[in-house]
Amino acid sequence: MAAVIETLETVDALAAQKYKYGFETNIAMDAFPKGLNEDIVRMISAKKDEPAWMLEWRLKAYARWRTMEEPNWARVQHPPIDYENLYYYAAPSGPAPKSLDEVDPELLKMYDKLGIPLNERAALAGVESPTVAVDAVFDSVSVATTFRETLAKSGVIFCPISEAVREHPDLVKEYLGSVIPVADNYFSALNSAVFSDGSFVYIPKGVKCPMELSTYFRINARNTGQFERTLIIAAEGASVSYLEGCTAPMRDENQLHAAVVELVALDDAKIKYSTVQNWYPGDANGKGGIYNFVTKRGACRGKNSKISWTQVETGSAITWKYPSCILQGDNSVGEFYSVALTHNYQQADTGTKMIHIGKNTSSTIISKGISAGHSNNTYRGLVKIMPGATGARNFTQCDSLLIGDECGAHTVPYIESRNMSAKVEHEATTSKIAEDQLFYCRSRGLSEEDAVGLIVNGFCKDVLKELPMEFAVEAQKLLAVSLEGSVG
Amino acid sequence: MLEIKNLSASIGDKEILRGVNLVVPDGEIHAIMGPNGAGKSTLSYVLSGREGYEVTGGSAFYNGQDLLAMEPEARAAAGVFLAFQYPVELPGVGNANFIRTALNAVRRARGEGELDAVAFLKLARTAIKNLSMPDDMLKRNVNVGFSGGEKKRNEVLQMALLQPGLAILDETDSGLDIDALKIVSEGVNALRGPKFSALIITHYQRLLDHIVPDYVHVLAAGKIIRSGGPELALELEAHGYAGLEAA
Ligand SMILES: Nc1ncnc2c1ncn2[C@@H]1O[C@H](COP(=O)(O)OP(=O)(O)OP(=O)(O)O)[C@@H](O)[C@H]1O
Ligand SMILES: [Mg+2]
Repeated sequence: MAAVIETLETVDALAAQKYKYGFETNIAMDAFPKGLNEDIVRMISAKKDEPAWMLEWRLKAYARWRTMEEPNWARVQHPPIDYENLYYYAAPSGPAPKSLDEVDPELLKMYDKLGIPLNERAALAGVESPTVAVDAVFDSVSVATTFRETLAKSGVIFCPISEAVREHPDLVKEYLGSVIPVADNYFSALNSAVFSDGSFVYIPKGVKCPMELSTYFRINARNTGQFERTLIIAAEGASVSYLEGCTAPMRDENQLHAAVVELVALDDAKIKYSTVQNWYPGDANGKGGIYNFVTKRGACRGKNSKISWTQVETGSAITWKYPSCILQGDNSVGEFYSVALTHNYQQADTGTKMIHIGKNTSSTIISKGISAGHSNNTYRGLVKIMPGATGARNFTQCDSLLIGDECGAHTVPYIESRNMSAKVEHEATTSKIAEDQLFYCRSRGLSEEDAVGLIVNGFCKDVLKELPMEFAVEAQKLLAVSLEGSVG
Repeated sequence: MLEIKNLSASIGDKEILRGVNLVVPDGEIHAIMGPNGAGKSTLSYVLSGREGYEVTGGSAFYNGQDLLAMEPEARAAAGVFLAFQYPVELPGVGNANFIRTALNAVRRARGEGELDAVAFLKLARTAIKNLSMPDDMLKRNVNVGFSGGEKKRNEVLQMALLQPGLAILDETDSGLDIDALKIVSEGVNALRGPKFSALIITHYQRLLDHIVPDYVHVLAAGKIIRSGGPELALELEAHGYAGLEAA
């Protein structure tokens, strides 16, 4: 951790740059016809060579989804989404690449431009020591997963979920939908029907995953929804750190991203899940951008297990996301560290749920919301202590920072305690960047924007230090860049 | 050279500076003394560009540059440095990171290359040693939880690293213990040279034993009412401001 703080301190002066991931990649694509019906669900399943049980599962989900309605309790507003005007499947044409050598060079170029290392040799020869294995998901398919053999040596399975369905059906059957039931909510049902790709991770008993795992999601095709599905299982005593990054081209239309991520930690297992979400946020007038409607939940099923969510959310036109922990096992631990930054006309309604079921379970929530421009930023959190959760503890801290007078910050904490022995603490603050802080920085030679970047990064430090080092540096730059034009 | 001519400034409708005239040539150190509320800090803020102060008349040039027309950061790049009477806390912002960011911003503006973390830390460690400050001063968050004296020393550390051409020290001696007063004074004296000048705002003659000024000015009710050599400070120490204002 000390090393991370050092890095934070020594990171290069924040370069001013616009959304630099907004380019489009020209590549031949196959897409299914627009709209959603049973045939589309069947086509997706067939395209992925799925066994019958998987198709069944999807069709059931589709049927459920048809009966459900979009939730409207979040503090976000958008014109109705026309689900018939979306593509539900888009992938580069031709047969799926079997190895990196077969991946379209255009795609490799794109990942290179995005700074995502897909070349194992370069990574191995390079100086950066802690290597990261990457699963690269492009629109509806995984195009490459690196370091699979290295990982397999320690028994770790890291592969596209579509492959896991075929190759590891028992694991998938046991755990898929076991944390987030198909009909948990409108978007999880939709995802369950049409999910295209995402990552599958299984860390066997007693194994500490030898490298960081990461998935990089890229939306490229127009009018296409991305429905990623990720499932991570850490067996008894296993541990893993997983990172997720996301970008998309700049487009005038809104694009839908409805992901489902499930984590399962058995006895003494630890899962650390970090996200830097930088989907295209739309332009300064609120045109375009991703609708990010995501369901993420982890189950601490075993005793002494631990699940830790860290998220830095700077992108998307709308973010609707509540990474949660179900603390079933005795002494299990749930953590949620979040930075959500909104600017211009972005809207974020995000937070977490900590459900305490086991004895002596504990949870920590640190949420930092930054609102600038005309944006709206809501923290929504639930801490629920069930009757059996004797000795449960929660600490919540929710801080909001406002930049300018036209933005909004809202905190909506729900606390339900059904066990007298539980201890729940909640602290919340709202502040503005003080004039004297800005002047102090400027009198030392910092531009107003650099000063804001510095102060905002300081405000988020408690969360940023939870991120793996490379991500922390990236996130710190991102925060400054995302606030461009917010002052002056 | 700093040239202040007939400078007037107000906050809201309250006139605070009422025609300040002051010239500080390069290589000189001038002390400003004066009663509480006289406008000393106001003068320092107006010179460094703080918002909320309306200049109602007069001018301030530094090395021929019209300070009053420049953004605060441009003044810093031009070599102006203000050691705050009340240094500001920046939660979560590491001191080393802060000072390096500032130094590099100033270096960029001057067309000099930026310092990487390693080069900076080397410089900073030396500066810290020269000021007999504890090493952890760099690791802590800017001024957060610093004692009054530590905050003042942190201002001097920043000054030592930023190497300004014109330093304005606003009561940097207040709250310093006897040893710290010496160390801080040495820090200022170390910068002395033909290209360096300073305005030292203080209430106490004892600072001026360590940093011997070329001139001492008395600012009262927004005007400089008396100027003299270092002996003026001794006179003030003995008799206070009461007699002066009538003069
Ligand atoms: N923001 C403000 N609003 C209203 N009045 C102000 C403000 N800032 C300063 N003043 C007033 O301006 C006058 C000059 O203040 P200034 O801080 O410049 O005095 P000073 O000479 O530095 O005093 P001290 O020796 O106590 O530091 C004081 O009367 C003070 O109350
Ligand atoms: Mg003052």
